Amino acid sequence: MESTSRKFSSNAREALGDSQLQRALSNVPSGFVNKRAKAAAALPEFEDLRDKGRDIKNHVLEHLDLYLEAYERRVIEAGGHVHWAASAADAQRIITEICQAHGAKTVTKGKSMISEEAGINAALERAGITPIETDLGEYIVQMRGETPSHLIAPAVHLNKDQIEADFRRVHDHLPKDRVLEEPASLVREAREVLRSKYLAADIGITGANFLIAETGTSVIVTNEGNGDLTQNLPKVHIALASIEKIVPTLEDASTLIRLLARSATGQEISTYTTFSTGPRRLGDLDGPNEYHVVLLDNGRSDMIGTEFQDMLRCIRCGACLNHCPVYQAVGGHAYGWVYSGPMGSVLTPSLIGVDEAGHLPNASTFCGRCEEVCPMRIPLPKMMRHWREREFEKHLTAKSIRSGLKVWNWFVARPELYHRVSGLAAKFIKARAGKRGRVSNLPFAGGWTKHRDLPSPQGKTFQAIWKERQKNG
Amino acid sequence: MANPRGPILSGDQDVRDALLTKIRRTQATDKLDAKRRQAVQERLSNHPRNIVPKRSDGNVDHKVALFTKLMTAADATVEEVSMPSQIPRAVAEFLRAHNLPQRIRFGKDPALTGLAWDQTPSLEVSDGRARVSDETSMGRAFAAVAESGTLVMTSGQDNPTTLNFLPENHVVVVEANRIWGSYEDVWDEIRHHYGDTVMPRTVNLISGPSRTGDIEQRLELGAHGPKRLHIIILNSASKAGSPKE
Repeated sequence: MESTSRKFSSNAREALGDSQLQRALSNVPSGFVNKRAKAAAALPEFEDLRDKGRDIKNHVLEHLDLYLEAYERRVIEAGGHVHWAASAADAQRIITEICQAHGAKTVTKGKSMISEEAGINAALERAGITPIETDLGEYIVQMRGETPSHLIAPAVHLNKDQIEADFRRVHDHLPKDRVLEEPASLVREAREVLRSKYLAADIGITGANFLIAETGTSVIVTNEGNGDLTQNLPKVHIALASIEKIVPTLEDASTLIRLLARSATGQEISTYTTFSTGPRRLGDLDGPNEYHVVLLDNGRSDMIGTEFQDMLRCIRCGACLNHCPVYQAVGGHAYGWVYSGPMGSVLTPSLIGVDEAGHLPNASTFCGRCEEVCPMRIPLPKMMRHWREREFEKHLTAKSIRSGLKVWNWFVARPELYHRVSGLAAKFIKARAGKRGRVSNLPFAGGWTKHRDLPSPQGKTFQAIWKERQKNG
Repeated sequence: MANPRGPILSGDQDVRDALLTKIRRTQATDKLDAKRRQAVQERLSNHPRNIVPKRSDGNVDHKVALFTKLMTAADATVEEVSMPSQIPRAVAEFLRAHNLPQRIRFGKDPALTGLAWDQTPSLEVSDGRARVSDETSMGRAFAAVAESGTLVMTSGQDNPTTLNFLPENHVVVVEANRIWGSYEDVWDEIRHHYGDTVMPRTVNLISGPSRTGDIEQRLELGAHGPKRLHIIILNSASKAGSPKE
């Protein structure tokens, strides 16, 4: 997928001015945030499970080579095929070749972020094969020629009237006067249209939430059941997964499953959690005749052993997006690539380069809520700081910021002068704020005060108050 | 076997070896490698349990009650019967209550095929994998999990997987003594039944009817899978489903 992460600032400005988007995003805090809090509170062991989840993934990353080998062995024993892809281009080629070997015309797809990352749909289309997204949100996004704006809610940026208009435009074989106002009627129409697609598809492609080394099993988690129809009805099932999806055992997968849905949607567990091991067995009346796994690296192995290794613990629940004030304000598309929110701000520079995505780690207020809710305890703010440092070292930071920091640095190195100037500045701002106690515009800080007021300082600096306390203390 | 890894596509093997070597280099010196291998081997063969929530600890009654409570909260319907002979009538009643045709399909599971279907002559039963025209399917759960209100369905000719997803209405029978506390309990059952490191082709954990929140986060049932999930717990100790004859 092409990135527009470089244009984050203008993307964000556009998003803030987009009234449809703002209306849609207003559902995020009330929905996901409250549900997660309730689910976490309802399980006394939740915090301990988070520690355990972190430990499991750390152990996996330290032994990833060995677990990948063990996993591969079990898949082959179960009659499946394992393919290794270093890059998105490799994954595109492998999947296209499997499809072509079966003369595939249409391919149904379960929801998969890694497929977005690897640009599988575009590659299939270039080969004359039609990919059909079956997750409702993905289906909507695909019909609009867009990309998902959220890890688990791809169409969270849309309102139902927009979706209705798209359904009327694309499903033009249906009567024009049909009633489509309610979400229920839209869901029913998608269900009926997609039925025939599942049955006609030659190949089903899914992602994987986990790969289990103990048994050679791939796991998908859905609420709709679309992933299951995708992988059970066609002759061939291809599971595409990145290498860090490995967990050692069924027990380890269970621990992460306990964390995933609670963090994502606030459910005890998602409606469908499906464990797939190899192709159709002797006597089976359904299921795919061939089972392929494509293991994709695409830059992840470069993160192992670096300060960004912790990011590979991510299980893509979306909690950090839901709780992020920046994501809540601008939505997912502003981030300009596949991943958004705090996890995107950390992961995207690793995968497509800090030159391309250096703005993203700056899209943070450092409020720390992402780390508070991350089920895998990924230190997201710390890692965003690492990226900011890298960006600065590489001289990618804007000139105005660099010279501003230089001035500040000069002052800080001279404490006496710094205290005197900051004291004066505090007084100046206080005077400007007047009785309201708020400043609505400030020289050199117009970008900040344009969208909110600055509360006025109390008149004295912290240092001055501290000194007084020491004296009186 | 000429080619144990199946059809290797161009350059596949090189990518694999390069990747594994690269990861190994970030982690291991030669000395550490034996230790790492041992750690992995032990974890895979001992598959230790991590933290198992205590909420499902208790006797069968507690597990049945917790399973029922969570399944109901997830929009499924649950009833108990005390004898297998009551099941056909319970199915017919479910279909009638929802104005569904008296037709149902299930696999070759003897626990289902052996039921007294002649008691409900107006109910038409057929077997095999799911067809698009099927409105209601029926299955028997391999097990269930009380902790989260979850059915565990295993693939095979007894209970073909498509029956779990294609029709709009799904009826599942589970025996009360097959409702375990945790996922971990079920994995041990699967190991016991299928063998260590061997899994059925598909294991479906099902916790309610199909749903989506993809349109303005409003919950809608029956997105692609069943819109209704009805569970019949076969519980010989049940008072609720005591025989009416």
